This record gives sequence, C-alpha cells and structure tokens, in this order.
Amino acid sequence: MTVHSFQEHFDRKIDDEVNIEPRDWMPDDYRKTLIRQISQHAHSEIVGMLPEGNWITRAPSLRRKAVLLAKVQDEAGHGLYLYSAAETLGISRDEMLDQLHSGKAKYSSIFNYPTLTWADMGAIGWLVDGAAIMNQVPLCRTSYGPYARAMVRICKEESFHQRQGFEIMLTLSKGTEVQKKMAQDALNRWWWPSLMMFGPPDDNSPHTAQSMRWRIKRFTNDELRQKFVDVTVEQTNILGLTVPDKDLKWNEERGHYDFGVINWDEFWNVVKGNGPCNKERLETRKKAWEDGTWVRDAALAYAEKRKARTAAQNAAA
Amino acid sequence: MSKNQPRHEWPLWEVFIRSKAGLDHKHAGSLHAADAQMAIENARDVYTRRMEGVSIWVVESKYIHASDPGEAASLYEPAQDKIYRHPTFYNLPDELKHM
Repeated sequence: MTVHSFQEHFDRKIDDEVNIEPRDWMPDDYRKTLIRQISQHAHSEIVGMLPEGNWITRAPSLRRKAVLLAKVQDEAGHGLYLYSAAETLGISRDEMLDQLHSGKAKYSSIFNYPTLTWADMGAIGWLVDGAAIMNQVPLCRTSYGPYARAMVRICKEESFHQRQGFEIMLTLSKGTEVQKKMAQDALNRWWWPSLMMFGPPDDNSPHTAQSMRWRIKRFTNDELRQKFVDVTVEQTNILGLTVPDKDLKWNEERGHYDFGVINWDEFWNVVKGNGPCNKERLETRKKAWEDGTWVRDAALAYAEKRKARTAAQNAAA
Repeated sequence: MSKNQPRHEWPLWEVFIRSKAGLDHKHAGSLHAADAQMAIENARDVYTRRMEGVSIWVVESKYIHASDPGEAASLYEPAQDKIYRHPTFYNLPDELKHM
C-alpha cells in the first residue's frame, strides 16, 4: 500500500470488481460523474411520479387505484434511496433540488410526455418500467457501493411495476373494441420514447467509454436498446397488438430484431426542454417544494421546542 | 422560523433495520428528518413498505464513526496470519464425533 499511489489502488479495485465506498479515495471526475448520474436518476424517479399520479383519482376500480398508488409511492421511495446514495459523495439534498429546479440538472426525458388515457398507465408500467429494469439490473453491479445497493433495492420493487402495467394492457387488449383501440393507441405513443430512454446511439455518446472503464456502466446504450426490443416484441405478440414500426423485422443472421430509425431530433428537442410537458413538470416540482417550505420549517421548529422542553424537564428533575 | 434565518436542512440520519427472521440490524440507507421520532416514521415509510423489518434504529449520521479505509492494511494486519483461529486449522481423527 505504501508503494502504490491512490490512483493505482483505485484502478485495481475497479479491475478486481471490488466496490468503491464513500470514504475511499476516488478521482474527481469519477465523483463528479457519479453525482450527476445518481442525482439525475433520483430526479427522474420523483418527476416520474407525476405522469402516473395524474390517473390515481380516475383509475377504473378500487384495486387499480390502490395498486397505482402503491407504484407511485414506490417511485418516491426510489428517489429517496438515490438521493441518499448521491449524498454520500458530498452533495447536499438542497443543492441537488436547486439544480433540478434551476434546470441545471436533467431527468429522464420520457417523463416529459403526457398521460392521455388510462391505457397509458398500462403502457408506462410495461414499456417505461420495462426499459428502466433493463437499464437498472446491470447497475446492481456498478462500481460505486451505495449506488449498487440502491439499485438492488429498486430492482426488487420494480418488477411489480412492470407486471401491473402489462396486466392493464392484457385486460384492455382482451376487452371491447374501444379498449383494444385505446391500448394500441397508448402503445403507438409510448413505443418510440421508450426506445429513446436508453440514450443516444453509441457513436454519439461521449460519456460511455469512460463510464465503462470505471465500471459505472456495464453495457452500452445500443446493446440495452436491442435487448429491450427483442424481449418486448415477443410480449407485444402476446397482447395481440402491433409495434408501431414498419421496419421491424426478425433478422435470422444477427439473431435479433432489426428496427426502424429513431427520430433523434425529437429526443434532443425534448432533452433541451421543448417536450410537451417539460414546463409543467418543472413548475409542479418547484411549487411542491415552495409550498412545502412552511412544513419543513415547522417540523424543525417543533423539534427544537420538544428538545428544549425535555432539557428543562431534566434540569428541574 | 424568522425570514432572516438561513434555511436549515433537516439533519441526516442513518437507518438500520432488523428483519423478522434476522439476528442483527442491517444498514438500509439514510434519510432526512427533523428529529428521532420523525426519522423512525420516515424509515418505516421508506424502508419497510414490504414488511422488511420489525425493528428500526436511527442514528444521526454525524454520530457514526467509521474506520478509515486507507488504514485498512495496518488496522487488520494482526488478524492476517492467525489461521489457527479457524476450526479447520485443526487435524483431528475422523472417528472423533461431536466436535
């Protein structure tokens, strides 16, 4: 240990698949990139509560309502696990929320699309959570300990999310003509944005190489996207619905599905802030934070009061 | 709280949960809360939604003291060459029972 530099020790941990923990030495850029990735992942969970929260009061049955409520509650929990993990790297919760509210930090652009019908709840659970799971399972073995452990927790909870979504789609697709059409319409609107969740193509993703060297990222964007298409097309067949991609075709030689060109202009436009719901999502978050200020302050004031009262009682005793 | 005071964050707490079948409390993560009672209620909401725990401990993060990973080599050095602390170190006849 005395001969090796901190950098060599760090590199060896990465090579040996040993986790990096909060008090370990780490390169500044490793710390910075993790803060960015984990905090943006956390923001995505919290903002992600909004599109589904939209339908809680209008779920078609009590069971559906309870289940949707539980899913949205889980997303809040996921955000909290991730904020905690990010805080171990030396950034405060208030700082991260400031970055979100000022637009400095981003969140997954999928949540900038509106939820127009009940079938959207099915499509989101099935496709959006499905894509998230595909991304998150490899992250359970990411090099930074707290992030990996948060991902293990999240993955355990995420699978009910996808199953409830698929169940909604199944019920609709086996229902009336109106229900079938609603399910197909939701699939039409959520398919391509879900593919975009895996990020830009590998040849346009500058962070990927370094993230993979540091074992933060285990698979490339295109690898995960291909896997998602292969798995999800089979699921679509069970639903008896059609993937909205005329270029979708099984390629025997590759052993994968070929699929159409993604509209990357739309992706970058939404990332830049011009999606259908960007403004609304951010304003909702800012309002929730500002309207809640008195609650946070009151809780602290009450805690101080209780502490003082207890101290006084102990002194008198 | 007066307007002139700087905004204070709720303090950070570390959460330890013991499961129904568990023998010890395991570190589950951290959260912010105004005081211990709120920390326990928040821990229940965040970390035991699926009945993961029957006992919750919360400790303000500032009271956790941890060993320095940089000192690990020297800190754990005394244990490294004492394999006789393990039962497998001892060669005993096969006929020997209950040991």
